[in-house]
Formats: sequence, C-alpha cells, structure tokens
Amino acid sequence: MDLHIHTCLSPCGDLSMLPTAVVERARQAGLDAIGICDHNTAGNVSAVQEAGRRRGLPVLGGMEITTAEEAHVLALFDRLEDLQRLESLVREHLSGDNDPEAWGEQILVDADDEPVGIEERLLTGAVGLGIHRIVGEIRALGGLAVAAHVDKPVFSVVSQLGFVPPELPLDAAELSAHHGDRNEYLGWGLPLLTFSDAHFLEEIGRSRTLLRAHEGTVEELRLALQGRDGRSVAMRAAEE
Amino acid sequence: MRLKELAAALDLEVRTGGDKLASEVQGGYASDLMSDVMAGAEAGDVWVTLQTHQNIVAVAAMKELAGIILIGGRQPETETVRKAEARQVPILVSRLPAFELVGRLYQLGIRGRAAHAAGA
Repeated sequence: MDLHIHTCLSPCGDLSMLPTAVVERARQAGLDAIGICDHNTAGNVSAVQEAGRRRGLPVLGGMEITTAEEAHVLALFDRLEDLQRLESLVREHLSGDNDPEAWGEQILVDADDEPVGIEERLLTGAVGLGIHRIVGEIRALGGLAVAAHVDKPVFSVVSQLGFVPPELPLDAAELSAHHGDRNEYLGWGLPLLTFSDAHFLEEIGRSRTLLRAHEGTVEELRLALQGRDGRSVAMRAAEE
Repeated sequence: MRLKELAAALDLEVRTGGDKLASEVQGGYASDLMSDVMAGAEAGDVWVTLQTHQNIVAVAAMKELAGIILIGGRQPETETVRKAEARQVPILVSRLPAFELVGRLYQLGIRGRAAHAAGA
C-alpha cells in the first residue's frame, strides 16, 4: 500500500494528479490500496475513492496536516465523516488565501477528473494548532496519526522539534522514499512505514509498505502496527 | 553580558528560570528548526526562536544554552513552562520580531559563533 499521495488539490501537486489517473497508475504500480493525503484538506478524497471503487482499488481517506510547529502529520481514517470532522477543525485554523502564481493551483475535481471548483484558502500554510492538539484530535476521532517523512530536513517532526516528543501518541513514523539507514529511526519506539509522498504520477508507489492483515483498512493497519494476531507491516522501496 | 542585563535592556518578560538569569551569555543563535539548533548552537548561547513547543526545553538543556528568547510576544505552551521550571531553563519573551531582536542583541555585544571564529 501507498497511503501518502497528493492530488491536484495540493498546490504543489502536479495537475495530472487526477482521480482516474492516480488510480490507474496505482494499479500499474501493483498497489493493492492507496491513500490520499493532500495538505490540510480532504476535498478530493471522495472523488478518488469513487474512481477507485470503479476500478476495484481501495482508497483510504486522509490529510497531511501542517501543525503550528510546521511539522507534517498524516491523518488517516476509515470513515469519511470522521475525516471531514477533522478537516472542519483544520479549516477553522487555516489562514490566508492562495496565490496560484506563487503556490500553484488548488483544484477540486470529481471522480471523472472534471474540475468542480477552486479552493481559495491557502492550503500550504501552517494550521494554528500545535502538534499535541492535532494528534489528540486525530486519535479522538478514531484516526491513525503518522509523523510524515521524519527523515527530511524540513517540515518533519524531527526537523522542527529536534526529536519525537515521547509522550506524543503517534501510531507510526513515515520514512520518505529517499530515507537512508532505517536503523537510525528505530530508537523512538515508533513503528516505521514508508510511502511515496507522490506529487507526480510516476512517483506513486516508489516507496510502499507491505501490510499483512485481513484487509487494507486503517483499523487493520493500526492492529498491524501493534503486531496484533500475526498482522505485520514491512517497508519496501520501489527498487527492492 | 548576563541574561538579566539583557532582560532589563530589552524589556524581556521572564517566564521561567528566574533564578538562572545570572549566567553569562557567551553568544547567540537564531533558528526555528530544533534539529538545526541541536547541530549548530553552542553551550552558553542565548537562543532566539518562535517555537513554543515543549521540546525547546529539552534542546536548550541538552545544549546547555544560557536561555531561550521567544519573539513576537509568543508565549510558551503550558507544558513547556512546566518542563522549563523543572529543568530550570530560562524562557524570556520579547515583543519584537526576530530580526529586530537579533539586531538589538548584536548592538548589546552578543555575537554569533561565526563572528567569534572571525575574531570580531
């Protein structure tokens, strides 16, 4: 599975990151499930989920939230309404409007890739809520909280905060597609995942996680991260 | 210059570590990436940042920094205050934005490590 994929709604997401194209590319890449995590929004999640249903590819809904510390946290949910509750909270704490020339377009689409709107709020900025509040809200709503690309020199919990706060109830830490020695990251006591953080079609699946569980859901992933009843996760880079 | 002299000269609000203000400030470091502070700051530095998260206390204690100055009137989070009191890390708050604050610190004789290395 590759649960960290952007769409054309993220200002930095390529305009070709459209629902049917993302689903097709994921199938070609041999993925059994994907997740959509745009910056601070879940506006295109249901469109990609519908496109996925038509082609038999499970699509999990999520967001990549920028906390007040400018650390990125992935929030993944099985239930769209729980994700949308979190999205409302995030939206209340976003500030500023997008300048497409500076940041890129933020396009809302339907399951047939047709544009249905433009997101006017600037999605790339930080949400005015600290990481403990954000992670607490994700967990309270039944979501999975994952520290994004912790090996990156910017916008990661580690770059912003120096280290993972031990009392922060994260479910896992994500390594980017370019992570080095994974043993470096084992000391935090967090299970490790890797996803592509794809902003372009060809990046989908370049870094992925093998989930051994009953089905490709967030709840099963949570149990696998805890090593429950024979479930497990394993990281796999595309070239392996 | 000592931390309490800086506090008086720059009208800083002392939030924590009030009994640790007698220490001599050896230099200054400004950064909002704690990974960068861990790599670049040196013992005795006063650290200028906008981050209010509790990890600033751990970073300052680990690096044996003289203290932390939060800019723009940003107040430390509750948990940050608790940890700073427990570890006796001074946190001071300036109303000034980072650029002005660092300029004022420089005027008062606080130097970055590059200036020290160059013999300035």
